[in-house]
Amino acid sequence: MIPELGQFGLALALALAVVQSVVPMAGAARGNLVWMRSAQSTALGQLVFLALAFGALMWAFVVSDFTVRNVVENSNSLKPMLFKVAATWGSHEGSLLLWTLILALFGAGVAVFGTNIPHALRARTLSVQAWISVGFLTFMLFTSNPFERMLPPPVDGNDLNPLLQDIGLAMHPPLLYVGYVGFSIVFSFAVAALIEGRVDAAWARWVRPWTLAAWMSLTAGIALGSWWAYYELGWGGWWFWDPVENVSFMPWLLGTALLHSAIVTEKRGAFKSWTILLAILTFSLSLLGTFIVRSGLLTSVHAFAVDPERGIYILGLLGISIGGSLTLYAVRAPAMEGGGLFAPVSREGGLLINNLLLAVATGTVLFGTLYPLFLEAITGDKISVGPPFYNASFVPIMLPLVFVMGLGPFLTWKRADLKGVLQRLWLALALAAVAALVLWYLVTEGPVLAVLAFGLGIWLFVATAQEWASRIKLFRAPFSESLRRARNLPRASHGMTLAHLGLAVCIFGFVGSSAWKEDLIVFAEPGTEVQVAGFDLRLEGVEEVPGPNYTAFRATLVVSRDGEFLQNLYPERRNYPVARSQTTESAIRHSLAGDLYASIAEPASQTAGEAWTLRVLYEPLVNFIWLGSFMLVLGGALSLSDRRLRVGAPRRAKAPEMAQPAE
Amino acid sequence: MQRILVLLPIAVVLVIGGFFVWGLNPERDPNAIPSVLISKPVPVFDLAPIAGVDVPGLASGDLAAGEPVLVNVFASWCVPCRAEHKVLTRLAAQEGFPLFGINYKDKPEDAKAWLEELGNPYLRIGSDESGRSGLEWGISGVPESFLIDGTGTVIWRYVGPIVTEQAQDDLRRALAATRERAAS
Repeated sequence: MIPELGQFGLALALALAVVQSVVPMAGAARGNLVWMRSAQSTALGQLVFLALAFGALMWAFVVSDFTVRNVVENSNSLKPMLFKVAATWGSHEGSLLLWTLILALFGAGVAVFGTNIPHALRARTLSVQAWISVGFLTFMLFTSNPFERMLPPPVDGNDLNPLLQDIGLAMHPPLLYVGYVGFSIVFSFAVAALIEGRVDAAWARWVRPWTLAAWMSLTAGIALGSWWAYYELGWGGWWFWDPVENVSFMPWLLGTALLHSAIVTEKRGAFKSWTILLAILTFSLSLLGTFIVRSGLLTSVHAFAVDPERGIYILGLLGISIGGSLTLYAVRAPAMEGGGLFAPVSREGGLLINNLLLAVATGTVLFGTLYPLFLEAITGDKISVGPPFYNASFVPIMLPLVFVMGLGPFLTWKRADLKGVLQRLWLALALAAVAALVLWYLVTEGPVLAVLAFGLGIWLFVATAQEWASRIKLFRAPFSESLRRARNLPRASHGMTLAHLGLAVCIFGFVGSSAWKEDLIVFAEPGTEVQVAGFDLRLEGVEEVPGPNYTAFRATLVVSRDGEFLQNLYPERRNYPVARSQTTESAIRHSLAGDLYASIAEPASQTAGEAWTLRVLYEPLVNFIWLGSFMLVLGGALSLSDRRLRVGAPRRAKAPEMAQPAE
Repeated sequence: MQRILVLLPIAVVLVIGGFFVWGLNPERDPNAIPSVLISKPVPVFDLAPIAGVDVPGLASGDLAAGEPVLVNVFASWCVPCRAEHKVLTRLAAQEGFPLFGINYKDKPEDAKAWLEELGNPYLRIGSDESGRSGLEWGISGVPESFLIDGTGTVIWRYVGPIVTEQAQDDLRRALAATRERAAS
């Protein structure tokens, strides 16, 4: 009964989406206020019905209703409750439902909170959002219905892929999706503006909070995903340049560019058509990600089950949305430009470089991701593109960006005094240079690029801190005066500082854990001792322990340094009988200086006694990655809470800046 | 100029889209790794036997034996090889094909102990301690198996252990096809 309610919810949501995709758009064209306003109720209605459907599916998982095929395929009655709930979005169908729910959530968000947006723009935006809704709801209903029944029902389910039974991964898709799909509303704003034929500073200001919200979630989602890969996959890395990772990273890169170019559009009225293009492309890359993950086009460790029919349907959706919006862009963009002029050395110039580098970086990742496909289509050769390509191409693009990031906030709009700025920044430059040289002296091994990147990280950190300090006159004025200035400084400003510092902190983590990692694989029997990075580890023994839906071999490792006992580590190898697969549960000794990471695998031979394959890694500074990511998200949140984004948004200038609003 | 520039994004998207349409061809399996050796003669190599193991070594000339043979690349340090060993022993007996081995990057004493423990189904084993022959064969990991027809041409290749039903069926099918072609 309840799954049928869910099905009913989906159908009703589709009906509302169809209405919403036509009526408000027509209302905006004819100036009919009632039609335009209808979008607000239909957007809310869509959210309600999709939430109902999502709730129904979750209920089916919670009570283990094995008449629903999706539950049979992805759940098991023995599974802990948290993972039963998380299994709701663990499958292709369920995650698609989450996708549409978030789509509706952002639509409803604009309907409820977008009170300062002009009626016509809001109506058009919501209509465009509904087009996307229609596309994905029909996709779900026709090819991937989550509520499909299975009769007669089996006794128990097949269980969720055990790798996915982890708290990090339970939280990772929802956050990633809020980010991914959140860019849909920015896309809708952009297409609505193109249809309306008008982009101005006010438009950029309305779009910015939504971009920021999506960007924050995407940042958190990617960080959680890499954290999951780090401690659950047991490979001891946090980023593998896997196609599925790349497709979540590309919208992030371009979304970051969008955040910055929207500032220029808002403050200076420049970069208009570029901002619109970025808004379209960012969401296009999100769609591309959805397509690649669900079509089996590329090989990846974490793609969904493959079905060519689905692939063709999504490709059709992609063709219509991306092709349509870019064609519209090609028609409307030439009439758009104009806006504030600026000298090459200026805040605008800095942000232009930021945008160019981010766009090139995105293109590089896109090329690397799709290159195996291109090559296979043209020559028939099969290859995979791995970290060496990205280290050689992506990293060198990002390094100048980090340098500009340190300078940018010091530059003034229109025209800046580069010499003056560099004079103020001599301390940061000197510190970075000294740090890099000291590091070079200390660590003779490892790539030179790592030393350079580390120095640039320090440069960014010091320069950003200095910019913030100079704004509140820290140490130059009495402390109470600095405090007052800090309080009066807009939150967006604090947010920027925090986010930029966060990236610097991330860089320390990236460099430390990839360039100076120590790795050791040995066959270990009880009593075996190994040394890694100054730690002594001794394997005490391996015992079998039961879990709720698995059995595990748990090793006991005694960690000590200089003869002094530090702690025990318990890496596990789990066997899930129902899902017939195994997972590696690594054990990690966390510290800010670096993680000691241990994992075990099956005995090398059954008769050779208890010889386990023991892997021990030392990853210096790796926790800085997640600390920095947290700062990035927090910086975004601070900026989002800035009251300038909420109230008193500027009214549109009476005279439209563009020639003629085309209807 | 700008007119052309604004058409650039859509042009790029169309090109990429074209590749996607091609890539969705249901016949295409992105996970399959083809061997450049398929339908080509086996590489030239000559491997000495493993010291202390009582079977001869393996060289290119041994592979043009007049009947199909399976060349299996294995090592004592490779965990999946242990699972595969049982299956290959049974398959070689059931299907009646000669099984040859290349012992890849292994210490002779380890390989000897491994074979003594599990039994030796191989008629010939070449010891490839340096991994040089593995390079010639273009293997991507251990275990890996190659089916060679009677004239020394590589017919079929399998990456990873031949343990699943599907892998075993694949091998049987390739073997049957090779024998049929030789008979006609």
